[in-house]
Amino acid sequence: MLIGVTRETQPGETRVAATPTTVGQLIGLGYEVLIESGAGEASTFTDESYAAAGARVGSADEAWGAEVVFRVNAPSIDEIGRLADGATLVCLVSPGLNPELVDALAQRPITVLAMDAVPRISRAQSLDVLSSMANIAGYRAVIEAAHVFGRFFTGQVTAAGKVPPAKVLVAGAGVAGLAAIGAASSLGAIVRATDPRPEVADQVKSLGGEFLAVDVEVEESTDGYAKATSEDYDRRAAEIYSEQAADVDIVITTALIPGRPAPKLLTAADVASMKAGSVVVDMAAAQGGNVAGSVAGEVVHTDNGVTIIGYTDLAGRLPAQASQLYGTNLVNLMKLLTPNKDGQVVLDFDDVVQRGVTVVRNGEKTWPPPPVQVSAAPAAAPAPPKEPAPAKQPMSVARRFTLIGIGVAVLFLINAYAPQPLPEHFTVLTLAIVIGYYVIGKVHHALHTPLMSITNAVSGIIVVGALLQIGPGDTVIRVLSFVAILLASINIFGGFAVTRRMLSMFNK
Amino acid sequence: MSAQSIADAAYIVAAILFILALAGLSRHETSRQGIVYGIVGMAIALAATINLAVRHVPGVAVVLLVIAVAIGGAIGLWRARIVEMTGMPELIALLHSFVGLAAVLVGWDGYYSVESKGSGQHEIAHNLLRIHHAEVFIGVFIGAVTFTGSIVAFGKLSARLNSAPLMLPGKNLLNVGSLVAFVGLTIGFVVSPKLGLLIAVTAVALALGWHLVASIGGGDMPVVVSMLNSYSGWAAAASGFLLNNNLLIVTGALVGSSGAYLSYIMCKAMNRSFISVIAGGFGIVASSGDDTDYGDHREINAEDTADLLREASSVIITPGYGMAVAQAQYPVADLTRKLRERGVKVRFGIHPVAGRLPGHMNVLLAEAKVPYDIVLEMDEINDDFPDTSVVLVIGANDTVNPAAAEDPGSPIAGMPVLHVWESEHVVVFKRSMAAGYAGVQNPLFFRENTQMLFGDAKDRVEDILRAL
Repeated sequence: MLIGVTRETQPGETRVAATPTTVGQLIGLGYEVLIESGAGEASTFTDESYAAAGARVGSADEAWGAEVVFRVNAPSIDEIGRLADGATLVCLVSPGLNPELVDALAQRPITVLAMDAVPRISRAQSLDVLSSMANIAGYRAVIEAAHVFGRFFTGQVTAAGKVPPAKVLVAGAGVAGLAAIGAASSLGAIVRATDPRPEVADQVKSLGGEFLAVDVEVEESTDGYAKATSEDYDRRAAEIYSEQAADVDIVITTALIPGRPAPKLLTAADVASMKAGSVVVDMAAAQGGNVAGSVAGEVVHTDNGVTIIGYTDLAGRLPAQASQLYGTNLVNLMKLLTPNKDGQVVLDFDDVVQRGVTVVRNGEKTWPPPPVQVSAAPAAAPAPPKEPAPAKQPMSVARRFTLIGIGVAVLFLINAYAPQPLPEHFTVLTLAIVIGYYVIGKVHHALHTPLMSITNAVSGIIVVGALLQIGPGDTVIRVLSFVAILLASINIFGGFAVTRRMLSMFNK
Repeated sequence: MSAQSIADAAYIVAAILFILALAGLSRHETSRQGIVYGIVGMAIALAATINLAVRHVPGVAVVLLVIAVAIGGAIGLWRARIVEMTGMPELIALLHSFVGLAAVLVGWDGYYSVESKGSGQHEIAHNLLRIHHAEVFIGVFIGAVTFTGSIVAFGKLSARLNSAPLMLPGKNLLNVGSLVAFVGLTIGFVVSPKLGLLIAVTAVALALGWHLVASIGGGDMPVVVSMLNSYSGWAAAASGFLLNNNLLIVTGALVGSSGAYLSYIMCKAMNRSFISVIAGGFGIVASSGDDTDYGDHREINAEDTADLLREASSVIITPGYGMAVAQAQYPVADLTRKLRERGVKVRFGIHPVAGRLPGHMNVLLAEAKVPYDIVLEMDEINDDFPDTSVVLVIGANDTVNPAAAEDPGSPIAGMPVLHVWESEHVVVFKRSMAAGYAGVQNPLFFRENTQMLFGDAKDRVEDILRAL
């Protein structure tokens, strides 16, 4: 089948749905690829580089008329007509926010796969565009902030004086938040993070951030996304934001709740309390903003010298990187849709991933899909432990002394009553056990096997018994002794030889 | 200076040399001296004994003696040369059975040279006769338990027998019953030493040894092997009592306590009491929450694993029995060398019960020439996992199971495990999604940072090597 990659028509869009690298991978799956001339320009991919990767470069109509059309953004209502009947369109749709668009798409006998409707399960991570774009955006948010911020991120002690490290607050530890935490802490800043999901605390720590817990009961997320929060929680969280705003130099907010306007985290008073020169990056500006006073797509300077950045195209500001990741997400989707690697799209509605991304199928609206449980969340209330692991009680002192006492008494009685040479034998036995215990106790763990094999060889000493018996006895004894000597000899020679062989292998 | 006094003196020297041998084996640096001490000690003991034995012995016995030693020695050296290092547990189990059988035979010899002659014997003073009866019995009993126990262990380790634990109804009753029967028979034998009783006790002990080990699952084999090692020592010590020979007592006690100590280490590593291992039953407990939805596992291929390794700064490899089965130690060693040349810090984390023998993994890695100073014990490495980029879990399962640390309802709860899941990436080499020896599902496979690399461990590691 032919895949057409069109030029993006939305103003300001710099990304493209395929790169020369992903074109090669698509061809490997058995597809032909046609690139609209100039589609990759904004991402610094030339037509020649696509051609070199094996794609055909053609006109806009050719690309729109392909059997499969790759785009970054959804087509405008007018552009829907350019698609051929029976075509498959793959792009970002935001079906929850754009119901009219979905309805318009469903008017045509086409299939539409929304890359932003991938269910959040482990298996589908490789095609989750939201994650890959959020990752880039989180990184870029830090870079934008650093660009505007008039100081170092890292603390330094120089000949010209001491520089304190910048303090960064990241609100929301989703993919974008985590990327921002990682980027900021690798620049050397002190990073703090908040999130209504207490389970992300470890992830924050793993990237070098400090998790500011809101100590109010919150239920765990079951679908991997943050939820709206309770009143108690909001009050406590607002206090934390107010405290932090006055303290930190940079705030990056990433809080989004699917299908709802972004929650307000920083009030106008919070922003007013910030130090002059501080920077706020509101990554939720497009959805109404987390910060009072942020404007989508613009940079605002407040009266007290705080800069509020409301860019909505943070991912697009790294066009080559964003295109590469988006393109790879598409390749991973095509891998899923092309089980035979024969260049034919096969849509399997029993697969939750394929079901989830399909918003229109042959002109029939299939949005919203049935809900999917995320694997990371506990599936059910954790089953009550069947058998509480029996708590091992260390032997009580009294009991231990009793046992030792009985043992000693038995040993005493045996030795007191037994005729010689039994007591002598017991003396030897007891001392040898004690010696053995102390000698073995210090053995290096790697030498356990050689130790076992040498003790095995040494226990072949039982041959001594058989040797002493072979002499004087009659035939039966002699035969038995013969067999015993033979067996014990195998042990002695075999044991020592194999121990030697093992030890000779250990080298530093 | 009689032959007897020479022998006694030689025995003391030999005993000290054996102690030095074991002490030498406690460190890598002195281990080779240790084995020399052991061999010298054994040579001295044998020479003195033979010198003592051949004095008043007909020529035919001397010839027999030499033939027996020659044949035994030849078989032993031959087996030691050809054994695969992965087959070490089987060989050691088999060798234990020989000591057990020899102890049985020595006991029977004791019977024929004293008891069967009735009052006509002159070897043993009259007042010691009953003690001798008891000693014959104890020696035969321990020897026979060791013999059949080791044979079953050998069968299970070499997959000739099913490794699943045998579940006879009332198995504890059977074990206790055999012990009671042994005590009863011993008393009977002390009162009147009859051949029938000796045959009976031998049969009871053989059955007990067989049942004891058959009812223990394959996963507990490290404990069983070291326990049998201990038994074989006690069997030798019992023979020493019987023959009035201090060297046998000393050596037997050394071996017995060493085996017991190793068993203790193994049990501690599994957080279980020695008694519960002997009584069997591990892994039969239905695992809690089998219906739990663990979610999906993610697969990875060899090329991507190679990419992960190429960019890693620190790698820990945690091998298990699967590495031994697949004979993957050589490619693993190659991989280690290659990564170290690239400046990646590679270390090995060895769980105390990895493999089927204490220290089994160390021997395999040493065979493949992995330097022993990068092969670390669980306690030495467990704190380092959070700073590790990639952990390769090769053929290990229960020893890296987070359920042991986190799920109190799990059958392996409380068992110390390698905390591999704390690292950045975990790649698990596995043949399928089947559960491990303990029969417990492993939540590690479904963690976000875990990826599964399916297939034969050796082939997969070689694929990675090629990709590197």
